[in-house]
Amino acid sequence: MKKLKRFVERIVEGMLTVSGMVTSVTILLIIIFLFKEGSGLFKSPVVEEGYQLFVNAKNPVNSLNSYEIKQIFDVEVDNWKSLGGADQEIKVFRFEEIFDLVPEEEMGENYALLPQKLGEVVKANPNIVAYLPTQYAPKNLEGVKMVEARKISLLDFFGGKEWMPTSKPSAQLGVLPLILGTLLVSLVAILIALPLGLGVAIYLSELAGEKARNYLKFTIELLAGIPSVVYGFFGLVVLVPIVQRVFHLDVGETAFTGSLILAIMALPTIITVSEDAMRNTPKALREGSLALGATKWQTTYRVVIPSSISGISAAVVLGIGRAIGETMAVLMVTGNAAILPPTLFQPVRTIPATIAAELGEAPAGGTHYQSLFLLGCILFVITMVISIIAEMISKKPQNNGL
Amino acid sequence: MKKLLIIATILLSIQILGTAQVIKGSDTMLPLSQKLAEQYMKANKGKSVTVNGGGSGVGLAALVDNTTDIAMASRRMKFTEKQKLQETGRTSKEVVVAYDALAVVVNPANKVTNLTREQLEGIFTGKITNWKQVGGDDMKIVVYSRETSSGTYEFFKEHVLKNKNYMNGIMSMPATGAIMQSVAQTKGAIAYVGMAYLNKNVKAIHVSYDKGKTYVEPTVANAKNKTYPIVRPLYYYYDLKVEKKVKPYLDFVLSAEGQAIVSKVGYIPVK
Repeated sequence: MKKLKRFVERIVEGMLTVSGMVTSVTILLIIIFLFKEGSGLFKSPVVEEGYQLFVNAKNPVNSLNSYEIKQIFDVEVDNWKSLGGADQEIKVFRFEEIFDLVPEEEMGENYALLPQKLGEVVKANPNIVAYLPTQYAPKNLEGVKMVEARKISLLDFFGGKEWMPTSKPSAQLGVLPLILGTLLVSLVAILIALPLGLGVAIYLSELAGEKARNYLKFTIELLAGIPSVVYGFFGLVVLVPIVQRVFHLDVGETAFTGSLILAIMALPTIITVSEDAMRNTPKALREGSLALGATKWQTTYRVVIPSSISGISAAVVLGIGRAIGETMAVLMVTGNAAILPPTLFQPVRTIPATIAAELGEAPAGGTHYQSLFLLGCILFVITMVISIIAEMISKKPQNNGL
Repeated sequence: MKKLLIIATILLSIQILGTAQVIKGSDTMLPLSQKLAEQYMKANKGKSVTVNGGGSGVGLAALVDNTTDIAMASRRMKFTEKQKLQETGRTSKEVVVAYDALAVVVNPANKVTNLTREQLEGIFTGKITNWKQVGGDDMKIVVYSRETSSGTYEFFKEHVLKNKNYMNGIMSMPATGAIMQSVAQTKGAIAYVGMAYLNKNVKAIHVSYDKGKTYVEPTVANAKNKTYPIVRPLYYYYDLKVEKKVKPYLDFVLSAEGQAIVSKVGYIPVK
């Protein structure tokens, strides 16, 4: 009988160990997957996969960077002179236009003559830049020159200021506005939530009676249980018009509106964690202070808060972590414009919102897909740093400095 | 007895699976195809049609991989997709099942009613930034757009912006509902939505594609007689080899009954 009991215990121990291991391995695998999918980006050329750019052989321009390509195809730059070429207007040619120039019958069996026809067009126009699929590229033909395909660089990605991942022929993958947008919205959210949360925590732990505390704690926990899309909808319908009216703005969807929503969402975390820390102040400290003749307020201000400062800091860091990773609510109220936010009252686009909105339709394995995964890596690094800080703070011994 | 019953059920379900047709593709067309399939199955007992979304690109890729019978697409099959299908030795047939018109909308308080395509291009690419420049009040233009994943986004870019990029820092919203809400509460707003979504909280712009000679209001009648310019066909693509299998369903879709459903869902019928 005893043996059987021991055996069962062993099995249970084994199962617990295995489940712990499986969880850790799964998490590791997810992280590896994230970095693996993202890492291919810097091996990709700036021109869309499967396509190449061609110019007339007489054109002195040999290579173009991503931003120059975009400007050419948006007709923002319309003369070769500014790109180091001759003083002539740029003629943009897209692959489909060949079907307007040459009837389909002349293209031969299985479009065998198509490369030749494309080559003729490029040769005939000295000012042309043609955007053609590699499959039908007029390679090695006289009068045609391929524009050298550069690889996407780290500087393009981390220093670029434009996020247009579906722009053709060259996607603009600057993540700077997204990173700054995410940090801005989250930090302001914490600045709003901290005084409020701390106030509620002090009230709950020091001032409130038993009944009020129970009632309030229940409500706050309810707040944590509301789905974020509901917060988002509330934000869009209620907060956005209010912000617009109060600050006399053109648009109500701003970084500030996002911060407000995130502040509300981070409140439960901040309140619960810091209230716990305050309530765990040793009774001896609290009573000692009162016995020395300090008032209730003096005790709170001079004894309780300093002794629970590490718990409060942990609450702040956890709150930031919650805010940075939040997706749905932010997606609905910040306007999602990928610009470097000049003020708090401009639309911004955050990293989680970008991933959520775009990953579904990004072709698997393409540059857009890879850049979204790299964004995930960036987000992962940010939140990891934050949780390491939280860990360090909460490990500090309580009552430090008293 | 029980065993027999189970076997019978399995056999029956295999039978149903065998004749089931799969339709896959554009999310724009998803509600339409669902409604059509529902009515079709109601009218023809024993026939089964399964409808899946995923986007036009997904649907056409599935047609190449032979995992769907019909691909629905809110854009024409691209040249490269046609090539891929030809490589597998098959040819597809294209059927236009309905039309979808895009309306440009502004806040009802906005004075501007008429815009040309060139003006729209200027506004959405960021060259025109104040309503004053197009005959309105002195007010900043706030441009809303759909997310990059949307077929509507691509269509508007190709058709109205002539393939130029949207302005840097355009406000992009996750859904048409969110766009309608934002336009209704933002004075300087402008955006594009499917015509089926129009309501009295927003004002539809009359659009001119002939440099301002005639401005056309987005109505079902105007879209149907082709005077309203921002209209896109919605397509079904299928493999010629399975024509026999999909024909009854397609006939239903193009019948008077099917086209009545098309207008009920908010699109423009073909006939």
